[in-house]
Amino acid sequence: MIMSKRDRLSGNEAIATAMRQINPDVFAMFPITPSTEIPQYFAQYVADGKVDTEFICVESEHSSLSACIGAEAAGCRAISATSSAGLAYMSEVLYVAASCRLPIVLAVACRALTGPININHDYSDSMSVRDSGFIQIYAENNQEAYDNYLQAHRIGETPDVRLPVMICEDGFITSHALENIELEDDDAVKAFVGEYKPENYLLKHENPLAVGPYGTSPFYMEARVAQAEAMKNAKRAILDVAADFEKTFGRKYGFFEEYKMEDAERALVIMGSSAGTAKAAVDELRENGEKVGLIKIRVFRPFPGEELAEALKNCKAVAVMDKSEGFSSMGGPLFAETASACVNLENIPKMIDIVYGLGGRDFTVDHTKRVFARLEKIVKTGETGPVYSHFGQRDLREEVQ
Amino acid sequence: MSDMIEIRWHGRGGQGAKTASLLLADAAFMAGQYVQSFPEYGPERSGAPITAYNRISSERCSIHSNIYYPDYVAVVDETLLESVDVTSGLKEDGAIIINSEKDPKELRPYLNGYKGRVFTIAAGHISRKHLGAYFPNTPMLAAVVAVSKCVDPEEFLKNMRESYSHKFANKPQVVEGNLKCLADAMKEVRE
Repeated sequence: MIMSKRDRLSGNEAIATAMRQINPDVFAMFPITPSTEIPQYFAQYVADGKVDTEFICVESEHSSLSACIGAEAAGCRAISATSSAGLAYMSEVLYVAASCRLPIVLAVACRALTGPININHDYSDSMSVRDSGFIQIYAENNQEAYDNYLQAHRIGETPDVRLPVMICEDGFITSHALENIELEDDDAVKAFVGEYKPENYLLKHENPLAVGPYGTSPFYMEARVAQAEAMKNAKRAILDVAADFEKTFGRKYGFFEEYKMEDAERALVIMGSSAGTAKAAVDELRENGEKVGLIKIRVFRPFPGEELAEALKNCKAVAVMDKSEGFSSMGGPLFAETASACVNLENIPKMIDIVYGLGGRDFTVDHTKRVFARLEKIVKTGETGPVYSHFGQRDLREEVQ
Repeated sequence: MSDMIEIRWHGRGGQGAKTASLLLADAAFMAGQYVQSFPEYGPERSGAPITAYNRISSERCSIHSNIYYPDYVAVVDETLLESVDVTSGLKEDGAIIINSEKDPKELRPYLNGYKGRVFTIAAGHISRKHLGAYFPNTPMLAAVVAVSKCVDPEEFLKNMRESYSHKFANKPQVVEGNLKCLADAMKEVRE
């Protein structure tokens, strides 16, 4: 095992540090809160000669990802960072990156989308592009953001995957919070991530290829099916890279984290920093003998449906916690995935969706306990009640008890 | 986590409440603790009330919500006492530390009946004396350490010398001024 170094960094600095250690070929950037510090730190590394990355300041997020697409197609390792409206503005080219099978790594400090205009955290931005073909990996804290980033390039560059990867952290809550972190040695990181040696690329003169050509009806569907297969293959790649990461650096990762789920009758399915807060509530309720647990989703794309259904199959009641509003009028995106994952279980748990934490609305240990209390009522009465509701808002509606 | 100390900072945008919270986390980190320092932003404008938070403990804390029941509250700008409920949720066995030249008992009437300990520190005065400018967050930081003992005061001063020497490697003349601010504030904070 290689020795790591204790430090204290914000999520943004942790991600920037991982980028410095990897020393990619190209970083194309356009700033937006709360991800701005990532290129800001990186610009300092460039100025200090700590990296030899081509650092390109462009005029928009559409352009920053387009520059990455060009660089990656030419055989380079290309990265960027963004948030909120920046990710929305990138939307068109996200699909281009994924369908051209270019393993760009994009750091996203997740922030609400307008409107009203808001700079704080929720998953409106990343969830709005969940079907773009990017792999999406989410972090609970700065350590996980760093560790996920170290794994991202290898996952995306796996030959039968070749897909871009979004490394998501919670805006402000993670991006701007200073916390302890274990940093790995620069050389150890470089050895773990390795060199990028694509088999084929635009500028390979022995085997020139077209990138992003028109796909007529006789070809379009084949390309899409191949891309869907690549996303399935990503599941194995994610676990393989996680296993090697654990062997190398000692920290364990999977599709999701099961927290006190062994005999749990009531469970939350939750993502990001709120999962950490909810763990403290699970601990307190467990001390009172309550059989509660939670599942923290780390990988949202590809969605680990079979594994999640297996982990939830013995629960009596499950609350899925959605930190984005999909306006489907029947629940958020995490609920849609979780419910469809469980649809073929013999005994499907009672399941509710709670949309919470929008635009930085705080979520506390006491809030978590209120959700578990609602699940207890569902278990006792056998009545699910309203399947889809909002939590934490003022005035508009009463919170469902 | 029984040994966790939670601190809430109130300031105005531009006064350094967030920086003070970061420095406190740094000091506690150097003393071997697990730390959190995070800001809560309202409207982004200079002079608007802002809040920053610290959690300090011997084990990693997984809670990432704001702090509603702090052990200590630090007020970097005393004009906030009229507009912000700074003692909201503040534990009675904790304390509030206010940047003010006034005696603590003069400020008690503005604290919504808070029964716990009240401290003041003339942070602006100390900062002007040693740094020649209004940087109240440095003396406030020392006052918070002196009152809360969230870091051993002597170890704190030693670590801050190291931290400032590193931070101000290009302008060593400000290191001594900052350290004098800290030392004075620890002596002059009054109950």
